[in-house]
Amino acid sequence: MDPNANRNALLSVLGTMLVLAMVHLAGSHGTEYQIRILNNIAIFIILAVSYNLINGVTGQFSLAPNAFVALGAYTSSLLTLTPAEKEISFIIEPCIWPLSVITTPFIVSLVAAGLVSALLAFAMGFPVFRTRGDYLAIVTLGFGEVVRVIANNTQSITNGPLGLKGIAEHTTLWWSWGFAIVTIFLVARLIRSSYGMAMKAIKYDEAAAEAVGINTYWHKMLAFTTSGFFQGIGGGLLAHLITTISPTLFTFFLTFNLLIIIVMGGLGSTTGAVLGAFLFTWGGEWLRFVDEPMDLGFTEIPGIPGMRMVIFSCILIFIMIFARHGIMRTREFSWNWLCGKLGIGGRLR
Amino acid sequence: MSVLSVGHLTMKFGGLVAVNDFNLELEKGEIVGLIGPNGAGKTTVFNMIAGYYVPTEGSILFQGRPIQGRKANQITKAGIARTFQNIRLFSELSVIENVMIGFHCRIRSTFLGATLKLPLYRREEKRMAEGAMKLLEEVDLTDVAHEKATSLPYGKQRRLEIARALATGPALLLLDEPAAGMNPSETQDLLQLILRIRKDYELTVFLIEHDMKFVMEICERLKVLDYGTTIAEGPPHEIQNNPRVIEAYLGEVQRAQG
Repeated sequence: MDPNANRNALLSVLGTMLVLAMVHLAGSHGTEYQIRILNNIAIFIILAVSYNLINGVTGQFSLAPNAFVALGAYTSSLLTLTPAEKEISFIIEPCIWPLSVITTPFIVSLVAAGLVSALLAFAMGFPVFRTRGDYLAIVTLGFGEVVRVIANNTQSITNGPLGLKGIAEHTTLWWSWGFAIVTIFLVARLIRSSYGMAMKAIKYDEAAAEAVGINTYWHKMLAFTTSGFFQGIGGGLLAHLITTISPTLFTFFLTFNLLIIIVMGGLGSTTGAVLGAFLFTWGGEWLRFVDEPMDLGFTEIPGIPGMRMVIFSCILIFIMIFARHGIMRTREFSWNWLCGKLGIGGRLR
Repeated sequence: MSVLSVGHLTMKFGGLVAVNDFNLELEKGEIVGLIGPNGAGKTTVFNMIAGYYVPTEGSILFQGRPIQGRKANQITKAGIARTFQNIRLFSELSVIENVMIGFHCRIRSTFLGATLKLPLYRREEKRMAEGAMKLLEEVDLTDVAHEKATSLPYGKQRRLEIARALATGPALLLLDEPAAGMNPSETQDLLQLILRIRKDYELTVFLIEHDMKFVMEICERLKVLDYGTTIAEGPPHEIQNNPRVIEAYLGEVQRAQG
């Protein structure tokens, strides 16, 4: 349909290779700190892009991503830890069979994390999508908390509040950025397909969506389950990056951060979710200098820990006032747009 | 066999009887109108047929099969498409996307197949785009295909909604006040459009309308509702002179004189 389709496909391949080349350079020349931030960015891209699918594209205000991230993190960690490591960690109650004896390779545990989270999302969807709007938000918020509380109390599975320690640091830049690219690619394709259009239709007018024959319940389930799958994988990558997980990591604050990212980027825009994840993670690190003591020449400000969160909040307030629809609104990046801007062969509609 | 056969349809909202004992037989290819004063229960009848309300009593047979109580999307898939009284387009999507969505309920590609763009989906996507363009030609909206749906003027939005309904491949089309807010020349175009699509797509049309000139011209049969009860039915010229209909619209003659 698009006369520039071939050129755009070529540019996408080149763009992906460019990102991978930068990942390679960062991996071989970057400091440990820089690599850590880049890993964080990639994981937040995975989480934000998939969260945007249910919140932004389908318009269902879910507040449960922390549940899926937690489940993914625990599932993958329990699968990669060796039986000996589990025996050392589980000091109050021993780990239950068969988790106590299973060890799988990293990639298998990641896919398992995705599948288990998708299964939870699917099961959760049945009661959740009987509600709409504010009620849906409250129900999902509840489920998010329930999962955290369960993680805190099932001593023989999750090791309770002690959490899991000594998880192998498998997550390299290749893993995190590889999955980030795959997630962006698949979610963007899904959104452009007729299934994605049907999801958008649900957001704009649910009654009209039913009138054109869209099974709104089922399409919400599809979006929610897909979102849960990628959030599970994101959780698995996160666990193998920070190597220690406990229930406190997966409170509502995780959901809240993701919400900030997708709202800042523009609800409904995958490009926005990627930009938001980048700005949030990198910006949060960059602002660290305000926590430290500062010498302004005439006076010295003592370091106030947490100051950067105040500044961050102010930035968010400004975004909410002056750019309520986020950076991208619902627009997406496209090669046609870029080429048009640069004035090369741009045949824009 | 009639296309739609509605028997003893009743809808109660608590103590309020919105529609009482409504009966209707639609033969293939007919254009039948449903008229009546505001609040007579016309849209409620539509909502029951289209699956938005579950009737309190009565039966709805579509092409011989009972459909009452089924969900709206299932009824659309069975072959009944509708438009809304207050236009309900997908506001931020383009005109052509609005129509393409109508084809979605008939695709055979699975969710994964569509995401991975497997060959079957590629073919279906091409057919959807071509089909949508053809429908836009039908309603004369090709020049605005890539505009945002809500940027169109009112009359064009109405036509777009009809195109979207046609995309679902219906046998029966329910039009809820299609001429509302249109000027006389737009109404005339709409009339021609409905007659044309009835022929081209072998449709049966059931419509609600307040524009009497339009109704009298296009409908072969009329039903008149007042306070949820059918007070008259028959060909337009009979309805026009029916004293009960005049009374329902204008109030009782004697009281009006006195």
